[in-house]
Amino acid sequence: MIINIENLNFIYNIGTPFEKKALDDISISIEEGDFVGLIGHTGSGKSTLVQHLNGLIKPTSGKIIVDGVDITNPETKMKEIRKKVGLVFQYPEHQLFEETIYKDIAFGPKNLGLTEEEIELRVRDAMELVGLDYDTLKDRSPFEISGGQKRRVAIAGVIAMKPKVLILDEPTAGLDPKGRDDILDEIKKLYERENITIILVSHSMEDIARLANSILVMHKGKVIMHDKTREIFKSADLLEDIGLDIPQVTKFMKELKKRGHKVREDCLTIEEAKEELTKYLRGTKNA
Amino acid sequence: MLKDITVGQYFPGDTLVHKLDPRVKIISSILFIIALFFVKDFYPYIFIVLFIATVVKTAKLPIKFIIKGLKPLMFIIIITFIINLLFTKGEVLFSLGPISITKEGIIQSVFMALRLILLIVGTSLLTLTTSPIALTDGIESLLSPFRKIGLPSHELAMMMTIALRFIPTLLEETDKIMKAQMARGADFESGNILNRAKSLVPLLVPLFINAFRRADELATAMEARCYRGGEGRTRLNELKFDKKDSLILLSLIVFFGFIMSTRYW
Repeated sequence: MIINIENLNFIYNIGTPFEKKALDDISISIEEGDFVGLIGHTGSGKSTLVQHLNGLIKPTSGKIIVDGVDITNPETKMKEIRKKVGLVFQYPEHQLFEETIYKDIAFGPKNLGLTEEEIELRVRDAMELVGLDYDTLKDRSPFEISGGQKRRVAIAGVIAMKPKVLILDEPTAGLDPKGRDDILDEIKKLYERENITIILVSHSMEDIARLANSILVMHKGKVIMHDKTREIFKSADLLEDIGLDIPQVTKFMKELKKRGHKVREDCLTIEEAKEELTKYLRGTKNA
Repeated sequence: MLKDITVGQYFPGDTLVHKLDPRVKIISSILFIIALFFVKDFYPYIFIVLFIATVVKTAKLPIKFIIKGLKPLMFIIIITFIINLLFTKGEVLFSLGPISITKEGIIQSVFMALRLILLIVGTSLLTLTTSPIALTDGIESLLSPFRKIGLPSHELAMMMTIALRFIPTLLEETDKIMKAQMARGADFESGNILNRAKSLVPLLVPLFINAFRRADELATAMEARCYRGGEGRTRLNELKFDKKDSLILLSLIVFFGFIMSTRYW
């Protein structure tokens, strides 16, 4: 168990007329090496929850233990938490500030107090992971490259800190389809290579279905479902009730089944559906 | 700390004070400031305090809210108090080494601190009870006579509206960037002054870049909707100066005139 949350509550603007309960008695645990998709309607508390995981927001009550360290304990050093949990915000390219891409990615590792050699190694590694060429780009300004590349630089800046848990808050928002696929592929590559725990916040059920092993569903500050991806997408009605959806492919297969075709309805990706359909079509032809 | 700033904040309401023509409120605020600095004695301040209390009561403003607005300026008030206390010459009450406290010093410092507090509270009543749009409409209308001598009153008012409109946006953005850099291990709270100033670079650079980008987008969006300044522009809500407004303005002029006249008694 890498993350363990017990009875977490958070209330915004406590004691004022603008008081708002953002997290309502959340208790979850996340296994080490899991790839978790976090879904929920806008305002359901996703961002508030992930900011708790890296100590940016202090809970009103409750306990959060990351990798054996109680991060809600005021004695715990912030640096220790930030080393363990990396958080990539929405539109992370809006935080770039350095003169060169190298310096910007090195900002995080430098704050961790690493040696120059180690920093260089990590920057090179992180850039390679997100598909940026180290030698041609390291001395360029982060403000003169394309939007998709800026986002990669920003993500590399967090990856270079080598966190055990990496949280990405809608990393593909506002990108074109190719940019989106590239970034998701790089996240997948990172997950497979480094064997870290990833939490991906997204509104795209397709992306979640393709990448996540398990899913957390949030609604009005509560975690209402936490299960394997395939199980979650079986409850399409419940998801639709709270304004969420299931992947298009899954919907399609469900519809086919409803019309009397005997196919599996829990296909999550186009590849899976293709396989299932070929099998089904061959089967009906032979019969 | 950023949340403590109530100067320029609007507290919505539906009271007589809120509904008053913004021009009446602006003129009264100017009169209020002049009167405050005209007065040389303690007792006219009683009337000013009563005036503030009446406005606060009619506008249904929470007292807590007004006190909170004083907090960020407490430092200036305290400095003023200390300087006046130590450097006013007069009848020495007691002294400690080179420092001596005079009777005049005590009176002067209390008076100055009181004046500052009343100034801040009194002027914040204007922004607390007037929505930013009404406020800039009022300023534009009051400045429009100066248009003849080339003062771009509409443009000035539009600039103010935009500036006020973007204060919360900028605060929100500062919070977001601060968090993002903290997630990368940035430390904004410890270290000496030099280190702290340095640690602001990762915050200020993105903030400025985003502000410029937003300004550019806003300009394009305004142009796309054919905005071209004040010439021949009509408005959705025309300012109306009715009987109640003139009555209140007249009585306030008399009131502040009376306070100012106390100087010559």
